[in-house]
Amino acid sequence: MAAITMKERNIKQVSKRQKVVNVFATILRYLFLSLVAVAVLFPFYWMIISSLKSYTEYKLSIPTFWPKEVLWGNYSEAFTAGNLGRYFGNTVIVGLISTVLSLVVTVLSAFAFARLEFKGKNIMFAALLATMMIPGELFTITNYITVNAFGWMGSDGLVQGFLSLIFPFLVSVFYIYLLRQNFLQIPNSLYLAAKVDGTSDLKYLWKVMIPLAMPTLVSITILKMMGAWNSYMWPRLVANDEMHKMVTNGLRSVSFLVEGSSTDINYPVQMAAVAIVSAPLFIVFIFFRKYIMKGVSKSGTKG
Amino acid sequence: MVESKHQWKAWLYLSPALVLLAIFTVWPIINSTVSAFREGYNGYIAASTGSIFGGDFPIGFANFKYVASYSKFVDCLKNTVLLCVLTVPLSTVLALLIAVVLNSIKPLRRVFQTIYFLPYVTNSIAIGLVFSSMFNIVGLNPVDINQSVSVGIVNNVIVALGGEAINWMNQGSSYWANMAVMVIYIVWNALPFKILILLGGLQSVNKQYYDAAKVDGTPKWRVLTRITVPMLSPMIAYVVITGFIGGFKEYSSVVGVFGEDMGPAGASGRLNTIVGYVYEAIESQNFGLASAGSLILFAIILAVTIVNLYVSNKKVHY
Repeated sequence: MAAITMKERNIKQVSKRQKVVNVFATILRYLFLSLVAVAVLFPFYWMIISSLKSYTEYKLSIPTFWPKEVLWGNYSEAFTAGNLGRYFGNTVIVGLISTVLSLVVTVLSAFAFARLEFKGKNIMFAALLATMMIPGELFTITNYITVNAFGWMGSDGLVQGFLSLIFPFLVSVFYIYLLRQNFLQIPNSLYLAAKVDGTSDLKYLWKVMIPLAMPTLVSITILKMMGAWNSYMWPRLVANDEMHKMVTNGLRSVSFLVEGSSTDINYPVQMAAVAIVSAPLFIVFIFFRKYIMKGVSKSGTKG
Repeated sequence: MVESKHQWKAWLYLSPALVLLAIFTVWPIINSTVSAFREGYNGYIAASTGSIFGGDFPIGFANFKYVASYSKFVDCLKNTVLLCVLTVPLSTVLALLIAVVLNSIKPLRRVFQTIYFLPYVTNSIAIGLVFSSMFNIVGLNPVDINQSVSVGIVNNVIVALGGEAINWMNQGSSYWANMAVMVIYIVWNALPFKILILLGGLQSVNKQYYDAAKVDGTPKWRVLTRITVPMLSPMIAYVVITGFIGGFKEYSSVVGVFGEDMGPAGASGRLNTIVGYVYEAIESQNFGLASAGSLILFAIILAVTIVNLYVSNKKVHY
């Protein structure tokens, strides 16, 4: 009897010690995660408070962690001096048109690859997937020559510049692949039933396939819009003039230099511009977190 | 009858994609590959002869020879390889650690997960500017009447901890200081994707393995190295491969931090990458050199992918 209670007490003690260790480990875990969170969030915090400081306050040798005087004027200065309004408009035009067109093209070809039968389907699909391995720069070189030959450079005119911003990278093999996989999950019996009823392919696609594949389509839409928002190199090559410039290209604008200097950047105004460019991305992220994370986990690298 | 009707229809549905792909994907693959062998293919000269796609230039290996012996390209290659070798292992190990700890907690997991994903939904040029502001020394400009100088928040922290301020990226800064800034930025930027994938992998690991380890009283460290890492190896291989591919295409993050000069004032081009070299060649209309450069990039990416696949086929436990 006594021996058993001894044992019980021992177990109790051990489990008590175990509990203390566990609590300690849990605290350590949360401490580690919080430290990482601080490291991740700090640049955003620094961006926001810097964007509200005056230049004089920004370059104080002892930094302030909250602006002494909140200067919203930096934002309007970034907007006007940096001509950001125009660049916003350009980006929205390019983003919207290329997203809508890309969705149409992607849906049609994904449907063909998933539901229709034609000669050489599998070989063609494999060949398309293989092009995903090739670095984009290889396409950029020839596309640059091609749009030049088409007379689509920014200097050729307003519409022409937009054509070259929209068309060359409109079709994404990856999106076709993603949507095809989704279409394939929809049972074929639905399609055959629709055929028996005399429903046309297009109507079936519109009434059945598209609603069922909505989550994938939302992911594609968001990733494509983000791609337009972040595109930098192609716009810089083909249409880097005031008429066509996109937001990302406007960010390193000379207008943000401190007056009378060729090297010192007026960081508060520039940080305001950075915050303006970042805000839409965050808003989209807040509302579509699930779709973005799902799309990204399948896509591999940053578009 | 139905068969052929379908065939015709399928091609109709495919036609928009196929037309665009033919012009902007298939043709570039052919033309850029051939252009790499068109010796001295330059846009200005080509325009004057009328064949802008370079049909008049002699075929040979001169572009490759030039690029391989060109010190600027070799420097770009060195920078790119260095950035890959420094950032991929670092970000993978960090992401693994974060994912494992994240997977071991319940409350607040979603909150942390969302926070950690934030750097992904950013514009790499824009946030590069934020990093540059954190490392940059501002106010040294002699025109400035107000002499107050900010050494940057990172240096402020270093000084507060008893260290000495470092010239990270201003005129006269060292190559390794520049590299350190780039490594920090790239790792910060690469973590979200890796954490997302690895955490997804962890959550699909069968709990029975952990329960068995618990019954056996296996120490935590051994659980990590003997169960977690092997079970996660396909995902680890995936983030390493995509990390290397992304790393070899590194360009816009350098532009974000250092600007289009690709280096600090007084040493422009010092941090240029392979992709940066290709773009420079395009902008100066040297299409032959640009094509040669991008073919070399393609070869490197292919080789790295094959090596990674080979290694992971041996090591990856499925």
